[in-house]
Amino acid sequence: MKTTEVPQDDANMLQGKFREPVYSLDENGNYTTVPSVGWEPKNEVMKEAWDQVHTKTELARQQVLSGLKSPLAYYIEKEIMDIGLLAKYTGMWRWTVKRHLNPKTFSRLSRPTLEKYAKVFNLSVEELIDINRLKSEK
Amino acid sequence: MDQPIDFKHKQSAHCENGVVSNLLGFYGIQLSEPMVFGIGSGLFFSHMPFLKVGGIPVTSFRPLPGIIFKRISRRLGISFERKKFRNPAKAMEALDNNLALGIPTGMLVGVYHLSYFPDPYRFHFNAHNLVVVGKKDGNYLISDPVMNGMEQLTYDELLKVRYAKGTFAPNGHMYWVKQIPAEFDLKQAIIKGIKHTCKDMLTIPIPMFGVKGIRFLSRKVRSYPSRLGARKAASYTGQIVRAQEEIGTGGAGFRFMYGAFLQEAAVVLNKPVLRDLSIELSGIGDLWREFAVITGRIVKNRNSADESYDHAANLLLVIADKEEAFFKKLKAAVS
Repeated sequence: MKTTEVPQDDANMLQGKFREPVYSLDENGNYTTVPSVGWEPKNEVMKEAWDQVHTKTELARQQVLSGLKSPLAYYIEKEIMDIGLLAKYTGMWRWTVKRHLNPKTFSRLSRPTLEKYAKVFNLSVEELIDINRLKSEK
Repeated sequence: MDQPIDFKHKQSAHCENGVVSNLLGFYGIQLSEPMVFGIGSGLFFSHMPFLKVGGIPVTSFRPLPGIIFKRISRRLGISFERKKFRNPAKAMEALDNNLALGIPTGMLVGVYHLSYFPDPYRFHFNAHNLVVVGKKDGNYLISDPVMNGMEQLTYDELLKVRYAKGTFAPNGHMYWVKQIPAEFDLKQAIIKGIKHTCKDMLTIPIPMFGVKGIRFLSRKVRSYPSRLGARKAASYTGQIVRAQEEIGTGGAGFRFMYGAFLQEAAVVLNKPVLRDLSIELSGIGDLWREFAVITGRIVKNRNSADESYDHAANLLLVIADKEEAFFKKLKAAVS
């Protein structure tokens, strides 16, 4: 790739926080770096990956609202986690976390357990158990 | 202890190379990012269908995190001290002690909670490297090689990223330079680095690695649409491009960065043939970018059936042939 061909397709992926150095050849055939704000194909696959996350989150939101799953299911998807990762962050077993996805089991959880979850998601316990909050979320 | 260490921050494309290059610079060894990358044999290819991240098979253009680091310290004879901590508070205490002694300290962190990172890139990726160079008003001064300038993190923020969980959980892993040799043989280190890369790309007898891995991936890509359906197939192929163009690859899955290394090596070793090869590699990098363009199109039309998969798979075969020939020539050039 020539330095003049280094793409500058801005899709706000870097949010103006930095520009990425791309190695390319200048007119004398010497490698040098050119800062780039992005490239169309890469932006496209990044968008697709996030699109995937949003679809899953929306699905989980619906399931929580219709009472099929506990709020944990929604926050897991929202934070791009899975059961295993949440288990590691809380220090619980995978199967324990899995059980807590059941709204009935979840409603009987003790305060300290709820606090563990709330801390991981950066919420208060009240916010975590309040399903009505999800109604306005996208 | 609030006195910052006089540390020169230089932005680089890739975090591991950048940290090594910046740390060595602090101790008076000036090596560019591509040089670190080349000596550490950072170029690789692997496709492991059974290893999945977020449910998608992993394709990688680099060896496992930490390997570049290990190789370069071995080849230059630099010794590093490394430590992990079970207790987060102890990990932070050890860092403070280091800073008080004026030692810039590198560490592994998770990206997801890294507050200054651009949001679209904040996935649960745990093998990011940065250097802590001091403290100011209770905040830590961070030299993150990906960023333009210095950043700051609070105690809690730094603790959180040092104890990110999941694959490659850093567990407070930190490292610093213990000893720098009075002199080292740069030429020998470069030759070793090149030979190792050629070996990795050409001779690993498992079909998932090196040139064989590219052919393997080609077969997989061809079968994606019929095996997985349009939506999933697009995700799977998109992942390849995300690995290839991820922050830090310097474009085209490190091919351009490796070219820059070969060009520098040509001067150090006085072998003009390496310069010719560096230009050739730029051409191969362009093919990788063409692959990304096709994939970008596939992903864009992700909900409709698409015939470009065959096209993409064929292109991978062309790339594999070219890289095979390339690394054979490179091997011959240094032996």
